[in-house]
Amino acid sequence: MALLEVNHLGIVFGGLHAVDKFSLKIEKGQLYGLIGPNGAGKTTIFNMLTGVYKPNEGEIILDGMNITGMHPEKISKAGIARTFQNIRLFNDMTVLDNVKVGLHNQVRYSTLSGILRLPSYHEKENIMRGKAMSLLKIFGLEDEAYQKASNLPYGKQRKLEIARALATNPKLLLLDEPAAGMNPNETAELAETIHFVRNQFGVAILLIEHDMSFVMELCEKIVVVDYGSIIAQGDAQTVRNDPRVIAAYLGGE
Amino acid sequence: MNLKNISRTTRQNLVTYAIVIVAFAVIQVMSAAGMLSNSLTGQLIPICSYIIMAVSLNLTVGVLGELSLGHAGFMSVGAFSSAFFSVAVGDALPTWLTMILALLIGTAVAGVFGILIGIPVLRLQGDYLAIVTLAFGEIIKNLLNAFYIGIDGSGLHISMKDANALNMDESGRVIIKGAQGITGVNRMSTFTIGFVLVLITLVIVLNLIHSRTGRAIMSIRDNRIAAESVGINVTKYKMIAFTISAALAGMAGALYAHSLATVVAKKFDYNTSILILVFVVVGGMGNIRGSVIAAAILTVLPELLRSFSDYRMLVYAIVLILMMLFKQSPQIRSFCASVWERLRFGRLQAFFDRKKAQNTKKGA
Ligand SMILES: Nc1ncnc2c1ncn2[C@@H]1O[C@H](COP(=O)(O)OP(=O)(O)OP(=O)(O)O)[C@@H](O)[C@H]1O
Ligand SMILES: [Mg+2]
Repeated sequence: MALLEVNHLGIVFGGLHAVDKFSLKIEKGQLYGLIGPNGAGKTTIFNMLTGVYKPNEGEIILDGMNITGMHPEKISKAGIARTFQNIRLFNDMTVLDNVKVGLHNQVRYSTLSGILRLPSYHEKENIMRGKAMSLLKIFGLEDEAYQKASNLPYGKQRKLEIARALATNPKLLLLDEPAAGMNPNETAELAETIHFVRNQFGVAILLIEHDMSFVMELCEKIVVVDYGSIIAQGDAQTVRNDPRVIAAYLGGE
Repeated sequence: MNLKNISRTTRQNLVTYAIVIVAFAVIQVMSAAGMLSNSLTGQLIPICSYIIMAVSLNLTVGVLGELSLGHAGFMSVGAFSSAFFSVAVGDALPTWLTMILALLIGTAVAGVFGILIGIPVLRLQGDYLAIVTLAFGEIIKNLLNAFYIGIDGSGLHISMKDANALNMDESGRVIIKGAQGITGVNRMSTFTIGFVLVLITLVIVLNLIHSRTGRAIMSIRDNRIAAESVGINVTKYKMIAFTISAALAGMAGALYAHSLATVVAKKFDYNTSILILVFVVVGGMGNIRGSVIAAAILTVLPELLRSFSDYRMLVYAIVLILMMLFKQSPQIRSFCASVWERLRFGRLQAFFDRKKAQNTKKGA
């Protein structure tokens, strides 16, 4: 059984079919690319998968559980984590605390033991700090752990968002344009990190990216959408040579 | 690196506790030496109440990021419920026990009101909380002004007309007398009790902020959508923050009520709510130490300035502006820091060298 199964997903915004009959199967640990011209509906698909938007049609099955239209908080608990195209960090909190918020449902203790500083507070805070620091290390952010998140440069903010998402221990990680605003060096480094994360955590990754070479090299499978509908699906080779994809990109840009 | 930075937040908190403890000790000494005026001595318990009010409101406004315009309403609820209890009990219990129970009752009743207001409002997005708390403060004030509640052998009697309408037997006592409020309150509050309650409030709020729950609350303030995306139950954590905030306001109300012989509802009106909000804004959103200092200074100031009666409000306004500037401007802050350093170590030379270096840098 596939990890994620999406069937005929659709959403309408005031008469506009932003996404129509979108179907997708992602296996455990798979690296999947979602591409398409601007306004094709990619982010909208992410928003439906994570419960930010409720789809008008279709269903989303994660690991055998129907999560269609569930609240974002519940979907996070079910095992989908994401980053945002327009970065959404907890800006006034430290880098470390951003990741600790991601660990919220992984390492728990009660409000009362927090206020009274009971032994469980110290024990669990130590575990949290260890986990958070090792995640920050993966992204080379350990030296900035005690800085305010908003003080990080853009590229590092994107990485912090991925670290925070990974902290929720997801089965499926959705990355919305993770390489946006990065230079070629940073982009290459990011591709390596994403590979590493997949191997290390066994997490499936679905990513949106406009940088074609990035997607083609990294992803095992790619789905292409245009005007809300799938126009091609398959490995990099198939997609690259698909006439509809070529037309969409030549016409779209 | 790790240890040093962890102790940095701990150190910040310790400084806050130290400021409060030292201030308490100094005031005790001054008071023993007869250096405090009567009017200032009379302000000591209100100062403690206002500090608790400001710190607890900061939890809602600065830490949770929701606007509340009726914080005095929770204070009022705490004041009335606790005073009602202590007057009803009379001297049936030892004073210390009555005081502790009164404080607990004031805290709990205000907390329950916090939950009742929070449940419908905090699931909504937008500034509904501001509107509803504003209405709550006014409604509570008007209701308490209208209520007559008495107690006799057969139990509680409630009326909204007058004391005679209570229909009590001869053992009956009227406790809440409409606009006259509750009279004959035992003035059990002391400055020491106030000081201990301030410390308790600080421990609760500071420990909360630096815990898993506090981080969840601040994440909602910083970015609700991102908080949901990592599995934070937004409504739950808003409720926790708002309820603790309301309960602490109730505790402040109970403390305040037992420093007065008469508790009347109009003391806890819209102006009081705004005054507390001013303390929070001046002290800095989310800055707990700032709330303590702002509440203390801005409560004492009008009293200290009584002798300049004509210029009183002018000076008050100037101090407000200076405090805002101090809080916001990094230049003023670093200037004050360097002046402080100069006073402390006499490093006059180092100070001027640094100034010169800065000036040449500016010129370049
Ligand atoms: N909340 C909304 N209300 C109305 N229309 C929306 C809403 N969200 C998205 N849309 C529309 O849906 C379409 C798809 O938008 P979406 O953001 O999913 O595109 P995208 O593929 O992510 O584009 P880009 O590459 O520019 O990020 C666009 O026409 C957009 O205007
Ligand atoms: Mg997009």
